[in-house]
Amino acid sequence: MSKLAATDLHFSFDGRPLIAPAGSTVAGALVRNGVSSWRRTRVKGHARGVFCGIGTCFDCLIDVNGERAVRACLRALREGDRLETSSSTGAGPDA
Amino acid sequence: MADDELPERAEVVVIGAGIIGCAVAALLQAEGLEVCVVDQVGPAAGSSSAGEGNLLVSDKLPGLDLELARASLALWRDLADELAGGFEYEPKGGLVVAPDEAALSQLVALAEAQRAEGAVLSVVAGSELAALEPNLSREVAGGVFYEEDAQVQPMLAVDALVRALRGRGGRLVGGVTVRGATRAHDGRIARLSTSAGDIGVGRAVVNAAGAWAGEVATLLGGYVPVTPRRGHVLVTEPVAPFTPHKVYESGYVAAIHEDARGYRTSAVVEATPSGTMLLGSSREFVGFSRTVNSAVRASIAARSIRLFPALASVRLLRTYVGFRPATPDRLPVLGEDVQVPGLLHATGHEGAGVGLAPASARAVLALLGGRDPGFALDPFSPARFAPARQ
Repeated sequence: MSKLAATDLHFSFDGRPLIAPAGSTVAGALVRNGVSSWRRTRVKGHARGVFCGIGTCFDCLIDVNGERAVRACLRALREGDRLETSSSTGAGPDA
Repeated sequence: MADDELPERAEVVVIGAGIIGCAVAALLQAEGLEVCVVDQVGPAAGSSSAGEGNLLVSDKLPGLDLELARASLALWRDLADELAGGFEYEPKGGLVVAPDEAALSQLVALAEAQRAEGAVLSVVAGSELAALEPNLSREVAGGVFYEEDAQVQPMLAVDALVRALRGRGGRLVGGVTVRGATRAHDGRIARLSTSAGDIGVGRAVVNAAGAWAGEVATLLGGYVPVTPRRGHVLVTEPVAPFTPHKVYESGYVAAIHEDARGYRTSAVVEATPSGTMLLGSSREFVGFSRTVNSAVRASIAARSIRLFPALASVRLLRTYVGFRPATPDRLPVLGEDVQVPGLLHATGHEGAGVGLAPASARAVLALLGGRDPGFALDPFSPARFAPARQ
């Protein structure tokens, strides 16, 4: 995979250090590391991760460096990114 | 949901599977008529899935507008029971707020006229707003709380109506484009030709094609002046509800009844049971363009934040546009075509189609000889747009 990757990028998901090739999307980087879910549905608590993969369904929301509601399938991974389980859970505007 | 087969014949063919067409079809089928709905895409594919699901009396002018809306909102309460809910019916009331004293006196004058005609409302002084809406800006001068204003999730409401229709033996066929009509000797539509074949018409064709109703009318030899009036809705990330009611600016009412060039925006802020918030609104005549206008989006966001400063820290997810079926006098068209007997129009509801759907269904039933709808039908006839005749 990823012959185009010049270097590997270091990032974390919920505090766990991970590595993925440069050029990965956030979603791609997580899936490559065996992480398939980073959000829970608001009513029934079902696991959600990447679904459409093209920015349409908004199922793959994640927090990136404290920025909420980022679509993991569209965001390019950067060195040192801190990814966290989505906090857009209905906890409040300032939560 | 799987499509039905286009039948060879139906007593009533409804064109358009939005909230209006489905409300009409479900009611007629329940009254013993054999109904088939056809739609160029499928249920709720047009404006019914591109609004906020508002059921409002607050934005209706005294007179016909208000009478129809109050009748329809009462019918929505019945429908919520009859269809056993499932479409997020929330009779939570609406708060209309005025940014300054001048706007407040205009709003209160409108409210008094609405109250004189039965609307259930109370004027709320600026100092009392926080008790209703704790997160509302302290800059707001005052407002009016409308108890009857409510909300539904319109796609789920359409789905509930379609299930009711099919449960009673009615049909709905999507992916069908109407191409034209064959008229009988008396001028009535005998057959409709569609992309899926012909369908015979027993009694009537109902044009419930919403913003596309003008084109459909023309195709069938009739006339109804409906123009798409575009709106934007901004969708936020899910948040814990911090706006207990629907809240909108008093300028919204003026925007409906004004023929502005360019665009008009006014804030309409609405929480939904799924956690996302819907922020409207805009009005502009740009045909069926789906290109999001970033200036409109910025204006809606700024106006919404002015009402609720906490929104400044809420992330925006996306923006959608939709097309309101607008008529020249801002009233719906509910009546028989002037040129084509048996062609009934049920369209032109502008931004109020979801709210006015049940009353529109009653109107169509009455036009087909059914029971009195409880409100005057004549003022909604398309004859009001016909050129003067000898």
